[in-house]
Amino acid sequence: VVSPSPTDTAAAMADKPNTFAQITRYNNFYEFSTNKTAVAVEASEFVTQPWSIEVGGMVAKPRAFGLEELLALGQEERIYRFRCVEGWSMVIPWMGFPLAKLLELVEPQSGASYVAFESYYDKRQMPNGRFAGIELPYVEGLRLDEAVHPLTLLATGLYGQPMPNQNGAPIRLVVPWKYGFKSIKSIVKITLTNQVPPTTWNKAAPNEYGFYSNVNPTVDHPRWSQADEQRIGEFSRRPTLMFNGYADEVASLYRGMDLKAFF
Amino acid sequence: MKPTASDIQFYKTLIFFNALIPLLIMLWDFAHGQIGVNPVELSIRTFGVLTLIFLLLTLCVTPMRKLFGWGFLIKYRRMLGLFAFFYGCLHLLTYMGFDRSWSISGTVADVIKRPFIAVGMVSFLLLIPLAVTSADKMLRRIGAKRWLKLHKLIYLIAIGGVVHFYMIVKSDVFWPVVFAVALSVLFGYRIYSAYQKARG
Repeated sequence: VVSPSPTDTAAAMADKPNTFAQITRYNNFYEFSTNKTAVAVEASEFVTQPWSIEVGGMVAKPRAFGLEELLALGQEERIYRFRCVEGWSMVIPWMGFPLAKLLELVEPQSGASYVAFESYYDKRQMPNGRFAGIELPYVEGLRLDEAVHPLTLLATGLYGQPMPNQNGAPIRLVVPWKYGFKSIKSIVKITLTNQVPPTTWNKAAPNEYGFYSNVNPTVDHPRWSQADEQRIGEFSRRPTLMFNGYADEVASLYRGMDLKAFF
Repeated sequence: MKPTASDIQFYKTLIFFNALIPLLIMLWDFAHGQIGVNPVELSIRTFGVLTLIFLLLTLCVTPMRKLFGWGFLIKYRRMLGLFAFFYGCLHLLTYMGFDRSWSISGTVADVIKRPFIAVGMVSFLLLIPLAVTSADKMLRRIGAKRWLKLHKLIYLIAIGGVVHFYMIVKSDVFWPVVFAVALSVLFGYRIYSAYQKARG
């Protein structure tokens, strides 16, 4: 099995952003459909106004933030690789702001060590959610140091436009060194806690999806290899990079941890 | 209603071209850039599902003959089975080409490492002797009794195919379950009729 090592081929394989059409017509958003190409259609009527995120738990100043307020925190473009646990990837020019900016405003208490997230779920707007095969509303979590890492983004748009419904409108998380399912969509609730938060895919299949879910080519999914990936728009596979290519920025967060045990 | 020889030839041609329509639509879409964002996944999945569909259609022939007295259906069974093999080949080739970059060693390693690939591969390999012995000449050469015994492998192949499909799905098992239910009905009929026969 000859699989080229990341270092020699990665440099040669440029990260060209995927097209708007590719990013918005191939989505995992189980509340709307488990069929990636159907999500855009099923989510087309999704009402995202008004919208607010309730931020609470172990914070000094819990409160709700309206979308306008969040947008006012500033918008910057971040072009990130996006690696799905299923073995495909894209490059996406997100718009958004670091999650740390929001967390600063609510002042986490000293005991807080994790951040829990919850997605919007409404059976009337998302009737297919019943067939998702996962428990909804979707929940996710990060360690606090991961959450305040400068790469961790609350994304409000892509390609300079407001976030399309199918990509998690109006505001979603983007954690580029973790598998895509960690980047929870359409967030309505953020809770600081001192407990490891439950996460949807971990609850659904604990042996397949761990809490950390860092992109790691050396730790396979029980049913498929994570050593390489199919970049959408390409016909052959390219090597997957440790921490999705963000090792320089984030590896220090996991120093001394056995990443096979904490997958 | 007993179809004449020319009727049968006509229906065979009709089935043949209809069975190719999914492939033609995919080629047409591909040529027109309409095949979607992930043509690799789409083609592998579509050929896999078509393989299952033709396996189930092949297994429908016997119950339909017996239940509705449509004996002539046997004339089309070989073609249906060969289409299962044809789409199975395309499924394997697209997987090997796109997913494994034509690497034989990479494919072997994948079969060893991933149980669902192994289940699919075994099912495909079992299809080969059935396709090879599908010609009348081969039937005569090995004898009808042994031929029938050999072709009972289709039961194992169909089970393997459905299990293979079930194992790849992340959480929404609707379609694998649909195939499993259809297969159970087809098996249920056979078990029931064998029981009736044994009772006399």
